[in-house]
Amino acid sequence: MNPPPDSSHAIVTENLTKVYGHGNTEVVAMKDVSLRVGRGEVIALLGPSGAGKSTLLTAIGLINPPTSGRIYLGGELVMDAAKPKVDLRSFRRRHLGFVFQKANLIPFLSALENVQVALEINATPPAVARCRALELLAYLGVADRANNLPAALSGGQQQRVAVARALANEPGLILADEPTAALDSQRGRQVMELFRRVAHERGAAVLVVTHDHRSLDVFDRSYEMEDGRLLVEAKPLTPSF
Amino acid sequence: MNLAVRDIRHNFGRFALTTVGIGLLLMIVMGMGGIYRGLIHEATLLVDQVGADLWVVQGSTRGPFAEVSRIPANLEDRVRAVPGVAAAWRFVSHTIQREHRGQPLRLVVQGLAWPEDRGEWVPLVAGRALRQAHYELIADRSLGLPLGERLTLGQNTYEVVGLTRGMVGSGGDGLAFFTVSDALAVQFDVPGEATRLERAARRARVENLDLGRVTPLLAERASGPGSELPALAPPQVSAVLVTLSAGADPTRVTATLANWPDVTVYSTQQQKDLLLSGMVDKAKRQLGLFRVLLILISTIIMALIIYTLTLDKLHDIALLKLIGARNRVIIGLILQQALLMGALGYGLAWWLGRYAFPRFPRLVVIEPPDLLLLAGIVLVISVLASLLGIGKAMRVEPNTVLAA
Ligand SMILES: Nc1ncnc2c1ncn2[C@@H]1O[C@H](COP(=O)(O)OP(=O)(O)OP(=O)(O)O)[C@@H](O)[C@H]1O
Ligand SMILES: [Mg+2]
Repeated sequence: MNPPPDSSHAIVTENLTKVYGHGNTEVVAMKDVSLRVGRGEVIALLGPSGAGKSTLLTAIGLINPPTSGRIYLGGELVMDAAKPKVDLRSFRRRHLGFVFQKANLIPFLSALENVQVALEINATPPAVARCRALELLAYLGVADRANNLPAALSGGQQQRVAVARALANEPGLILADEPTAALDSQRGRQVMELFRRVAHERGAAVLVVTHDHRSLDVFDRSYEMEDGRLLVEAKPLTPSF
Repeated sequence: MNLAVRDIRHNFGRFALTTVGIGLLLMIVMGMGGIYRGLIHEATLLVDQVGADLWVVQGSTRGPFAEVSRIPANLEDRVRAVPGVAAAWRFVSHTIQREHRGQPLRLVVQGLAWPEDRGEWVPLVAGRALRQAHYELIADRSLGLPLGERLTLGQNTYEVVGLTRGMVGSGGDGLAFFTVSDALAVQFDVPGEATRLERAARRARVENLDLGRVTPLLAERASGPGSELPALAPPQVSAVLVTLSAGADPTRVTATLANWPDVTVYSTQQQKDLLLSGMVDKAKRQLGLFRVLLILISTIIMALIIYTLTLDKLHDIALLKLIGARNRVIIGLILQQALLMGALGYGLAWWLGRYAFPRFPRLVVIEPPDLLLLAGIVLVISVLASLLGIGKAMRVEPNTVLAA
């Protein structure tokens, strides 16, 4: 039996199951998924389409409640089946960062403001938020496009702004669902390496759903899913650097 | 950072166009209130300006404005004899529509009791009061008659010697002040043939009377002008106006006059109430109904546009929820846009109104309490209009960001 979750664990899930629909349309998207991710770990989540990767990621991201099972984040019980144990929105705001396949930037805000808004909704004073957002954009190499609207940025630049937004509140856990699918392989690899840097420099755990096997060496460990089940840890990753 | 303003900048065309539309609607709402105030002002203007204490009119009528009133001009002598009456003078007022320089000209013919009253009390903007008993008039500017203009009414030609501003009758037509005898001449102007026939008829009537047979002089006078036959002449003026002497008890004077079977007496306030309850009341209800409808339409238009602006942002709102924004942020985004639209629309209405209302054919009076009330209404409809969008935004799930 595993020891009880404590604050050294970024993520602990116990027997997560998700059933969509009911009766004839019932789909078991995720079945008895139990995983543990430590702080500062960079984890890849692999598997064929429809395996339930996004379902798991969004459950952990507290935007898609599981049908049964428990989720602990940072050692704290946050979801007991579909029942929230904390204020989910405030928890997401303070502890989670999201990156998706599409950058999902707010079209009427500049690159800078897209990052700034994440800080301001977490009660950061506007002037401080602005400085910090600029720093983040510089860290991600898009400071020169800070005042452009998303429509004026390339896909890669947009995705880097989205990463900056995910990092804004220094979350303990970053969740990324195919963040590089829209990027060329070089840009994709840059984003992956960035996650690794953030995890290692800032001690954040990073869980990335990916199909991109070429950048797997970036990750500390990988999990594989199939038909809603989490397979035992996939092949151990050889450190590349 | 203000999300509402940034979104508006991004969607500026649509927002601006809707705001202009709302502004125009609010201007009409504002204008209708102003037209109503203007109606009241115009309806009671003359009664206020004339400054009489009592109005003596034809028995059991509500004249002279609400309906026709005819009383003999010499009633003023009877009234003067009542204790407490300081002055009494005849009042003639009727509306005519004639042609002048090929254009229809509608004016309210207003008789001044020459020679006591030469129109000195009329607020002039140019020219002078009447100086002779005939063939002069003071015209309101709205009639479009310049000083020195000659106006032919019936067989006589009158000259404009003075100009007033904003002096209109309860129907909104400009006033023209004549002496009473000119005013009557304008009203009872009959062709020569009609006069000859009337005199012949009168003579025939007199000859058939005993009185006519015993006093041949009467028959002779009967063939003369009607104005020289006081006892036989038709009732001539609209009303007799009374001012009371200082310290006189108005109720006692009124009671005395009210005892006369041939007249009805109104105080100035009663006269105003007659005007407002009769003529203005329906207009008020009509305008009120239109205002309610327009406010309703404004609310619906605002609600729809705020709703579609919100629908366009639904993905962004879901994202804001996803990254943990409080409902306050999202409600603020929508509500602020609605309030901004309302406030800008209101401002535009006010600004446009300042230019447009003075050009309206009838008086529009915009008063601060009405402006305040409308501001309150705009505030309420802005909030109401945002509810639809807010409801939609509250229902959107954060994970819809991932769909599509
Ligand atoms: N909202 C939903 N309603 C019903 N079924 C759903 C819903 N979302 C996902 N599913 C089903 O759940 C299963 C797992 O879906 P999920 O999106 O987690 O797969 P995935 O591993 O992320 O696939 P992909 O690699 O294509 O993104 C699929 O069979 C999918 O059809
Ligand atoms: Mg997926």
